[in-house]
Amino acid sequence: MSTDIGPIVSTLRRHRTTAWLLVLEIALTCAIVCNAVFLIGQRLDRVNMPSGVAEQELVQIQLGDLAAGKDRYARAQEDMALLRQVPGVQSVAITNQVPFGGSSSNSNLRIDPSQHDPVANAATYLGENLPQTLGTRLVAGRKLAPGDYVNADVAVDALNRGRTEGLPTVAVITRALAERLWPGQEPLGRMVYLTDKAGVRVVGVLDTLVRPNAYRDATAQYAVILPLHMGADKDESYLLRTRPQDRQRVLAAAVAALHKADPQRVVTRKRTFAEVRQEFFRSDREMAGTLVGVCIALLTVTALGIVGLASFWVSQRRRTIGVRRALGATRADILRYFQTENFLLATAGIVLGMVLAYGLNLFLMAHYELPRLPIGYLPAGALALWLLGQLAVLGPALRAAEVPPVVATRSA
Amino acid sequence: MFGYYLQLALRSLGRNRVLTTLMVLALALGIGACITTLAVLRLLSGDPLPGRSAQLYYPQIDPYPKDGYVPGESKPQENLTWVDANELFAAHRAQRQALVALGSAKIQPRDAGGRPFFGDAVMTTAEFLPMVGAPFRYGGAWSAADDAAGARVVVIAGFLNQKLFGGANSVGRTLRLNGHDFRVVGVLDRFSPQPRFYAINLGRSYGDGDGVFLPLRAGRAVKLDPYSVSCWEAADIEHLETAPCMWLGLWVELPDAAAVANYKRFLDGYVREQIARGRFHRTDTALPDLMQWLRDENVVPDDARLQAGLAFGFLLICVTNTIGLLLAKCLRRSREIGVRRALGATRGAIFGQFMVEAAIVGLAGGLLGLVFAELGLWGIRHQPAEYAELARLDLSMFVFTFIVALLSALVAGLLPAWRACAVAPAPQLKSA
Repeated sequence: MSTDIGPIVSTLRRHRTTAWLLVLEIALTCAIVCNAVFLIGQRLDRVNMPSGVAEQELVQIQLGDLAAGKDRYARAQEDMALLRQVPGVQSVAITNQVPFGGSSSNSNLRIDPSQHDPVANAATYLGENLPQTLGTRLVAGRKLAPGDYVNADVAVDALNRGRTEGLPTVAVITRALAERLWPGQEPLGRMVYLTDKAGVRVVGVLDTLVRPNAYRDATAQYAVILPLHMGADKDESYLLRTRPQDRQRVLAAAVAALHKADPQRVVTRKRTFAEVRQEFFRSDREMAGTLVGVCIALLTVTALGIVGLASFWVSQRRRTIGVRRALGATRADILRYFQTENFLLATAGIVLGMVLAYGLNLFLMAHYELPRLPIGYLPAGALALWLLGQLAVLGPALRAAEVPPVVATRSA
Repeated sequence: MFGYYLQLALRSLGRNRVLTTLMVLALALGIGACITTLAVLRLLSGDPLPGRSAQLYYPQIDPYPKDGYVPGESKPQENLTWVDANELFAAHRAQRQALVALGSAKIQPRDAGGRPFFGDAVMTTAEFLPMVGAPFRYGGAWSAADDAAGARVVVIAGFLNQKLFGGANSVGRTLRLNGHDFRVVGVLDRFSPQPRFYAINLGRSYGDGDGVFLPLRAGRAVKLDPYSVSCWEAADIEHLETAPCMWLGLWVELPDAAAVANYKRFLDGYVREQIARGRFHRTDTALPDLMQWLRDENVVPDDARLQAGLAFGFLLICVTNTIGLLLAKCLRRSREIGVRRALGATRGAIFGQFMVEAAIVGLAGGLLGLVFAELGLWGIRHQPAEYAELARLDLSMFVFTFIVALLSALVAGLLPAWRACAVAPAPQLKSA
């Protein structure tokens, strides 16, 4: 192989422009594919973000608001009692928001009411029966008990008047949030403040619970649950836990039961939690799909380019090949010649491509808040392009190897 | 002469059918990808109100508390509180002006039975519809007196009129909104600015447009809640009029630069006055025009830009590919070129012949690229994004496709053609 390199380089020097074009094409492909594969990885990581809830067992139902004059709190209790009767329902919760639901209600949390800046911003789940229904595990402390609960309107009124009676006094928080508020310390029994007056004592720590608008991994699990009775209203949802195979049936039966109780109410949303996740990450999935398509198209075009050029070179050098064969070169020698040539071109393209890939990544980092391209992508990209080049050149090279020595004796 | 080049080019392309197909296909893929992503970008960055957008401005101030405020490092807020919106509105410093909030109304036809349904409802003031040039089919907008009185009147969109009243003139008929009777005073013709600029910060961006438009006070009186409410401290969102929450947009019409400067001075003055009264702590204000406001709101998602960038990278590779293949082909035809030159063809003639060949590849690539672009857009229309249905090729994109195709092919053909016309005839004629 090494003996071939000298003649190959001198041949390529005579086809400088064409060789450079091929190198350039391989380099551009390398740069774009490395970054695209990196982007695909990023998107897939996001799509697979853990929620910490029993996703395969949950369904959500959201209703329009009640007619004026009805007691929303009584209605919520009636609805939940009704939903518990639906066959297959294991647990029912009412909540102001759902994990990965998109729109969210959040609080700025302080660990000392006089603190100037909040320590963390956390999704504030309000409602009943949440950890049990969502299926998130309590890792320390106790559950929220019936005695902890207050009506939401009483709490809001107290907040407006700046009074503390009527506000909830306890909360459960996620482990990630506890670690953010008091790194390395025991969170149970500590006070966390939602305003300068409204402080709640942490009585329980949840393993995991993702926020409705989880956009960044670092803060995705910052969530707190406050013990509030919520009224039946257009912003509140019922969450039902059931067996995975019963979800569709339970959803239909639950909606029918609610309609039967009050034909005037409008169901604004009914979906399984799998659909919630699907909708939340839709654009990421689409983008990953587009990127995969672009990578395939790029690699195909580049491969076809290599096939095309190599075919031309083979037919252009038929006489030379014939002469070499007549002078004793074997078929394997000819095959190896073209393979080595392609390897050299691919290597030049890859080296240039690495630099371009790095530059492209810097550009993307500056404009799209992307992390740095991990160094591991570069050798993987190089390997892929070497393989692609060898595969693409194989056909033309085999055809070159078939050129009989007798060609040397014919006039062109 | 051109006819002869065409004949030569077609013969040459026909001789290497596989290669020609490859070149056309690669170019078409690149062009198709570019045009698809450009059509989406154009759709997303389009002007929702051509001819009027330059005179519509969106005043912004910042009622946030002092906490964490570093002058010069914060931006004014997207929406206004009820108090500030009404103060600015009442000052009436613009030619026309309107407050806007967006919510979901339970709609039920008065006479017809059937289930009520929810639709987007714009709570606004009298001058909004005339100011944005909404065309009426029947009736017209309500008056400023209706605004002040919180009159139960409503303007409905054409599609809703079709659905509820079968397209008949429904002015004077009654519609139940959130369980209360509203009198129809106007029916719109097709009105759906894309994006829905007035709703972007209020929870909606693209789509058919809104079903009902009603006076702000009347909407609030029937408990129509805005989609987007942002509060800077714990608040009772049942009483938005007194809560420390922002949920209203104000649009003002300012005809010229002097009026804009005047309004900005007025806005700064308002903020200084509020600071003096102890209500405000932050001095930042802004008065973007409609298109600037859309840019501020990042209406074009990063993903769409990234896709367009990728598509252009792809086209670049396809063009490089085509150059390489055309060049290889042309070098192989050195003998033919030598013969033509020896028989009297000028360098210009050879150059022209090869450029015609490249142009044919370009046109074929463009035609096929158009098919790919239509396919791509068809794919996008079947995605569930809010803007998806609007993704189409218009005439200008159509023409643009061909310009891109031809330019790419001509650029690709330039180097091979130049190399071809540089071939010296004599050495080629000697027996190789």
